[in-house]
Amino acid sequence: MEAEVRTSPTICGMGHRMKRKEDARFLFGKGRYVDDIKLPGMLYMDIVRSPFAHARIKSINAERALAMDGVVAVITGKDLEKYNLHWMPTLMGDTQMVLPTDRVMYQAQEVAAVIATDRYIAADAVEAIEVEYEPLEPVIDPFRALEPDAPVLRTDKGKTDNHIWHWEVGDREATERAFQEADVVVKQQIYIPRIHVASIETCGCIADYNPVEGKLTVYMTTQAPHVVRTALALVAGHVSLSEEKIRVISPDIGGGFGGKVPIYPGYVIAIAASVLLGRPVKWIEDRSENLQADSFARDYHITAELAATKDGKITALRIKTLADHGYTDAAANPSKFPAGLFSICTGSYDIKHAFVEVDAVYTNKPPGGVAYRCSFRVTEAVHAIERMVDVLAQKLDMDPAELRFKNFIQPDQFPYKSALGWEYDSGNYPAALRKAMDLIGYEELRREQAERRARGELMGIGISSFTEIVGAGPSRHFDILGIKMFDSCELRIHPTGKAIARFGTKSQGQGHETTYAQIIAEELGIPAAHVQVEEGDTDTAPYGLGTYASRSTPTAGAAAAMAARKVREKARKIAAYLLEVSEEDLEWEPGVFRVKGAPDKSVTIQEIAFAAYTNHPPGMEAGLEAVHYYDPPNLTFPFGSYICVVDIDKGTGQVKIRRFVAVDDCGHVINPMIVEGQIHGGLTMGFAPAMMEELVYDEEGNILTGSFMDYLLPTAVETPRWETARTVTPSPHHPLGAKGVGESATVGAPAAIVNAVVDALSPYGVTHIDIPITPYKVWKILHEKGVV
Amino acid sequence: MIPPPFTYAAPTSLEEALALLQQHGPMAKILAGGHSLLPMMKLRLLEPEVLIDLRRVPGLADIREENGYLHLGAMVREVELEEHPLIRAKYPLLYETTRWIADPQVRNMGTVGGNLAHGDPGNDHPATMMAYDAQLVVVGPRGERVIPAREFFLDFYTTALEPDEILTAIRIPTPPPRSGGAYEKLERKVGDYATAAVAVQLSLAEDGTLSYVGIGLTNVAHVPLFAARSCAHLQGQRPTPERIDEAAQMASEDCNPRSDLRGSAEYKRAMVRELTRRAFRRALERAQGGQ
Repeated sequence: MEAEVRTSPTICGMGHRMKRKEDARFLFGKGRYVDDIKLPGMLYMDIVRSPFAHARIKSINAERALAMDGVVAVITGKDLEKYNLHWMPTLMGDTQMVLPTDRVMYQAQEVAAVIATDRYIAADAVEAIEVEYEPLEPVIDPFRALEPDAPVLRTDKGKTDNHIWHWEVGDREATERAFQEADVVVKQQIYIPRIHVASIETCGCIADYNPVEGKLTVYMTTQAPHVVRTALALVAGHVSLSEEKIRVISPDIGGGFGGKVPIYPGYVIAIAASVLLGRPVKWIEDRSENLQADSFARDYHITAELAATKDGKITALRIKTLADHGYTDAAANPSKFPAGLFSICTGSYDIKHAFVEVDAVYTNKPPGGVAYRCSFRVTEAVHAIERMVDVLAQKLDMDPAELRFKNFIQPDQFPYKSALGWEYDSGNYPAALRKAMDLIGYEELRREQAERRARGELMGIGISSFTEIVGAGPSRHFDILGIKMFDSCELRIHPTGKAIARFGTKSQGQGHETTYAQIIAEELGIPAAHVQVEEGDTDTAPYGLGTYASRSTPTAGAAAAMAARKVREKARKIAAYLLEVSEEDLEWEPGVFRVKGAPDKSVTIQEIAFAAYTNHPPGMEAGLEAVHYYDPPNLTFPFGSYICVVDIDKGTGQVKIRRFVAVDDCGHVINPMIVEGQIHGGLTMGFAPAMMEELVYDEEGNILTGSFMDYLLPTAVETPRWETARTVTPSPHHPLGAKGVGESATVGAPAAIVNAVVDALSPYGVTHIDIPITPYKVWKILHEKGVV
Repeated sequence: MIPPPFTYAAPTSLEEALALLQQHGPMAKILAGGHSLLPMMKLRLLEPEVLIDLRRVPGLADIREENGYLHLGAMVREVELEEHPLIRAKYPLLYETTRWIADPQVRNMGTVGGNLAHGDPGNDHPATMMAYDAQLVVVGPRGERVIPAREFFLDFYTTALEPDEILTAIRIPTPPPRSGGAYEKLERKVGDYATAAVAVQLSLAEDGTLSYVGIGLTNVAHVPLFAARSCAHLQGQRPTPERIDEAAQMASEDCNPRSDLRGSAEYKRAMVRELTRRAFRRALERAQGGQ
């Protein structure tokens, strides 16, 4: 099923393991990140942050700071209030403080900003600002937040409780009936903890307002520059920043993972400062600020139930979830999807009845709920269903692989309409799981496990057969701030047959400069090496919604193919003119039009390009270029099956991942090496929260994991060796049959790991462990169960 | 992550360094590898006015055996311990301990003296130096004095070093034949401080009894600990599994860990017991291997 490679290595179209074009500059240290940019007369900003999770600001005294040499300004909420810029909307239609005028709502919230001529002076001035606080009772536990006597956090919105929204989907009554009629019901509480994307580059910007031209240029760590430009125009239109005067440039980005979609207060303060002072202002967060104040991900308290027949046919799924959003709903989901695409939670299984409800609450924690490499709450959904299938298998005393085979949506059921309303485009779930089982030697491992168990050793095998939902999205359902979630490509062929292609997306390490070039090479036969790809400058790139949710290949990748096809259609006309035949007499092979039956008569795409500027047909416009805005007809549904084998050290509780096999299916593959890189990275980002990562707060709302000392990112030493493989089930509606792959592994991996650990401990009656699975947690279970 | 302003001094002799230290008193800090001090300054947890860098002071980076000791200059970097054939061959406990410290980048800069003088109970060398019964050589305006490692660590980040003294060397007794050592550390990831760690150094007499036992514990109290009761229980005895277990149990009782994100105090005590057993077993194997 491997996609056919149709182009030569010189052209390097789809399927070639082309080395990444962008790597040379990164490997030579010549990448250009926001913090590499220095503008003449640039000022530096640093931020005073709240030590309290909930407090009233009684006073801010900046006298000492303002007296320091080099301090240009101190900005507070009161200053921004004069311009009505102290609050801003979030992408979810909630409101967020830029700087507070009254109360702070989480520890490390921005309180005031210092602008100075030097980064070091700015830091010293921050220390010199005296803020007097009156601490208020914090609300940290989201269940406590819903109690009638809990302090109400958003009184500014006229609220009388901390409930944000209720969202539900599915047929409640039919699901209820299915549960009543079920032979077997299993129920499990699952907490998916608050984590952080922790990209290696933190967030930051340079705001450069030119008071003479009234033009604002913002260099910014953003995954979605166009959306930022429009949002700025909408928020700051009243202070004369209109959209044609705003240019957002997203240079090289050192990892985004969803954390660089939101518009953080720091950006807005820097912009306000630059407008007020008429000078460029740079703001770059440090690591602790990034971990403590920028958007978190996950934080779902899930109660999941499955109903099944006694022979293991799943009949219904019911999920109730409490979502902790911090003090404002600053998630970055499409507008109509407050809980993202969580309703993909029926997963890879043919479940007739399902009902899901999510309630969101405010707490005194940082805002967010961003999609950390998980296409809008898909990790939460996959974790819930993949855990529950194992809980059910344990209850039925059935092999978890067998239970999955019994319930998979079968290949002939596609396109498949799920009980919660999605139309899955394509899939072959049994093939992926079978392949993973063969690669890892599943049956042999089960025999080994039985022997080890007899010796009292702890070995576990875990499966995750996930279905992703990516590529947002079809404009009838998906928008951000009302802007439909299409994406775009503007393709221009130069006279010498080279090309430049610009996109509305923005790579943060995904390899767009290579992947998009290969798509255009595939479609036009112009060598990928000759295709220059540009993104991230709103003055030059066509409008697009940016890169997140594994959407770049499904949307902008499709736009590249469509734009190239438009170019090819014009090229055909020029070729017919040059060869003096009719268009119908031509046949296309990558890079060449030939006359049917006279293969010697041909013209290359390079010759056609030259003719487009030097000898184009009479009556035809000169040039060879096209623009395409691609609105996908549906989402794409990548999938895979992962199997993990663990051994547990009884003495210490340490879990050792012995093997991990990942079979992924993302449809047709554009660059296998980039896909493998995405999967290796994604698996590591799935492993991390499964075993190590968590943002932990104490009951006062103090963050206990505010640096990499305590927020644990795995290194190469801890990370297991990944064994990857693939099946290919093309998307029927994507022009290239591709599906997107950036997030599959992050979404699918945690459940495989947890399922393996629970499997190892199942002889002692363990049915579930919340992530992260730390040695302490495992030891505690072993201790409580009397194993040690 | 930006420290307040400070002055940097790079003396070229020990006398000059001591004079600077005396001149600036408690406002000065000695800079060795800087991999604990500089992060604390960047977090503004420490705000010294003067840094006195010892890197240009000669004679502080020797590794040599003399008079029955291994002499380590205080400025010997961790990477030098890792790569020195003598350490690897004759001081496996020290070699193993060094390999567990932080990560290669930190070990390229961090020094053995800094690791000790910092007084952090999470550092790895203190337990090992206690297990070896090492001596720490310090120099001050009143001349040189020698402090046993087991008496050096007084409180949280507090050592027996006077504010005007500088740690210049460490002396580790060269182990006799039939000796062995091992370091067992449980950490959450590379570069983490220990959830618990145990250093064991032992020697066997001709008759198979234990002629020397030193056990040090890392990060399970406000100071690094010498497991005195465990050592006494084993000293002169045959290392039977029961006796090892009893000594391990004593170590777990005598430590005083705090609950934190690494685990509860109860867990850490259990880990001390488990790691003591494991370290002892490996040390014993090495001793019996006729090293």
